[in-house]
Amino acid sequence: MAEIRIEHLHKAFGDFTAVRDSTFTVPDGDFFCLLGPSGCGKTTTLRMIAGLELPTSGRILLGGEDVAFKRASHRDIAFVFQLFALYPHMNVRTNIAYPLRSQGMSRHDVQTRVEEAARILRIQHLLDRRVSGLSSGDRQRVALGRAIVREPLAFLLDEPLGALDAEFRDVMCGELRALHDRLRATTVYVTHDQLEAMAMADTIALMNHGVVEQLGTPQDIYDRPVSLFVADFIGSPPMSFLDFRGHVAPGDRTVRLGSVDIALPEVREGRADTELVLGVRPEHIELSDHAPLRAEVVDAEYLGTTQIVTLSTVTGARVKARIPADIPVRPGETTGLKFRPGQLSLFDKASGRALRTALHDGGAHG
Amino acid sequence: MAELFLDGVSKRFGATVAVADLNFTVGDGEFIVLLGPTGAGKTTTLRLVAGLERPDAGRVLLDGRDVTLEPPAARDTTFVFQQYSLYPHLSVYDNLAFPLRSPAHREPEARIRARVAEIARLLHIEDKLSNRATQLSGGQMQRVAIGRALVRRPSIYLMDEPLSSLDAKLRAELRVELKRIQRELGATILYVTHDQTEAMTMATQIGVLDRGRLVQIGSPRAIYTDPVNTYVATRLGNPAINLVPRELYPTLAAPTGTTTIGVRTEHVRIRKGVNGGAAGRVKWIEHLGDQNHLHVTIADTEVVTLCDRDSGIAVDDTVDVQLTAPLFFAANGDRVRAH
Repeated sequence: MAEIRIEHLHKAFGDFTAVRDSTFTVPDGDFFCLLGPSGCGKTTTLRMIAGLELPTSGRILLGGEDVAFKRASHRDIAFVFQLFALYPHMNVRTNIAYPLRSQGMSRHDVQTRVEEAARILRIQHLLDRRVSGLSSGDRQRVALGRAIVREPLAFLLDEPLGALDAEFRDVMCGELRALHDRLRATTVYVTHDQLEAMAMADTIALMNHGVVEQLGTPQDIYDRPVSLFVADFIGSPPMSFLDFRGHVAPGDRTVRLGSVDIALPEVREGRADTELVLGVRPEHIELSDHAPLRAEVVDAEYLGTTQIVTLSTVTGARVKARIPADIPVRPGETTGLKFRPGQLSLFDKASGRALRTALHDGGAHG
Repeated sequence: MAELFLDGVSKRFGATVAVADLNFTVGDGEFIVLLGPTGAGKTTTLRLVAGLERPDAGRVLLDGRDVTLEPPAARDTTFVFQQYSLYPHLSVYDNLAFPLRSPAHREPEARIRARVAEIARLLHIEDKLSNRATQLSGGQMQRVAIGRALVRRPSIYLMDEPLSSLDAKLRAELRVELKRIQRELGATILYVTHDQTEAMTMATQIGVLDRGRLVQIGSPRAIYTDPVNTYVATRLGNPAINLVPRELYPTLAAPTGTTTIGVRTEHVRIRKGVNGGAAGRVKWIEHLGDQNHLHVTIADTEVVTLCDRDSGIAVDDTVDVQLTAPLFFAANGDRVRAH
């Protein structure tokens, strides 16, 4: 098991910079998610850690040793791809055993390790089946089995659940996290699905245009997004934004949206008259007939436990609120919006950066 | 717009029963979503309505007219497929206008212009009309594909997982849009999906399919709160309903025949310590930003519940697990109701 350190990692393909000066550490035993939209550089970063790409510059330390320019086969890591690369003509046992056989391990030891991996993944009953007849979930378990059987220093997973049905993805998310809790192996997991990252990760590095935009625990990134990009990427539905023009000074506890004063965490960082954005998470909104910030209900989506209500404010902003499912809401009706003040975010629209407020007191803020 | 009626429709492919004795009505202006996993018979049902398959038994009635033996073109339906099939060499405008220019449904150009403009506005692609189809993003292409169905005014729109190839954000956006458009047009839609969120949020009625059979049909709220069996109960709700053995709650009053108790995450009450419910141990806390999901094991059963972020409950804590609003199920999975 090992820590992975990435120092000033840079990768260019011709004119295109895929990864720009990335520096971060994956602590030993961490479940670390590289998260971001397609083209953000997450897979390139993972492939450099694996040794499938060489960096343009920078260092990759695996358990203290610089492996940036070492061949993939000389790094003690296991890679699981989105598409389960299994040998279709072999059965499950032979597929899982393959990496050990090719290392020349004794038949008896291979047998023991394969049985152990199959037990952990609960696929003992499939060991003698052909992989071609398996469901996609079972195939992905076999692919995982082939990774864990090697007992590597680290696991690298590239969207391993991307090819599965949504329903099954949930199940596998739980399984992967439980597997990690048992093995405690350093894991770097690439995904574009923020729900997967939120559900499984100890640490998330959210990437955008080749840069790590925010690094933190899921809760920290959710509660204290450093930018509009992060606030919009994380959350389902994401944070809603209300644009307004105004000025703020340190010590302010309200901002003025049109004719309405909105309470928010005490402002720590001022701005002269400029375009600002108030950000509010769906679960921090209450519908209240008497609240002065008026909005029209566009749609209500029933989800059983809760409902997502889409509203349009008088200024034309689209806001999504998550409220209990038993509150009657009808499209077309007008209501008022009340925000839970302690959780609001404030952004500078031009730079997209969050302004420091009491929300960041004590918390990490990049 | 019109009414669709399936009367005892069955279809097999060799030894496989694709759909068995389907009976349901899609009323004028309704948005019916058939929900089920792969192989449940969703797509076959749509294809039977479209006339792309012929049933082995039963009748398909559109607006009271028996169309069972009519070819697809004679039926007044349009089909939206999972994969957008656009004409790459045509502009967005011409792609949208295409169905209105077909020999069977030829319309005057002025009417076509008005109709395309209206649909483009509904789908927020007005500014893309002169683009080539290939210059669009995946989400825009799928909007055009849906738009091409919407320019016509058939009796019924048939949609086969039209959002499944899109990313989560776009899917969420188009769910709201599709429902709004359906309402504005007063369209009748039969829609199939394996995605429970789509079913819950868009449908006026959900039909739950299990291996070719329609197990339950009703409003999203009715299906969620009053499922007929464990299959339906587990298909809706995220996180899924907790199913716990009856023995874990020996003192809970339950109808005779109950072997399993079903309880939704929002109906599980958790408190620290032991307090008269079942004693569980917190195995894992899933932080999802807006909510925490608490995974608790009681004996060998795992129960998932929501908990406030500031509850102070930690992993390995012993907690008291109480159930409110329980549903009761028999050994075969059927609901047992109190008399």
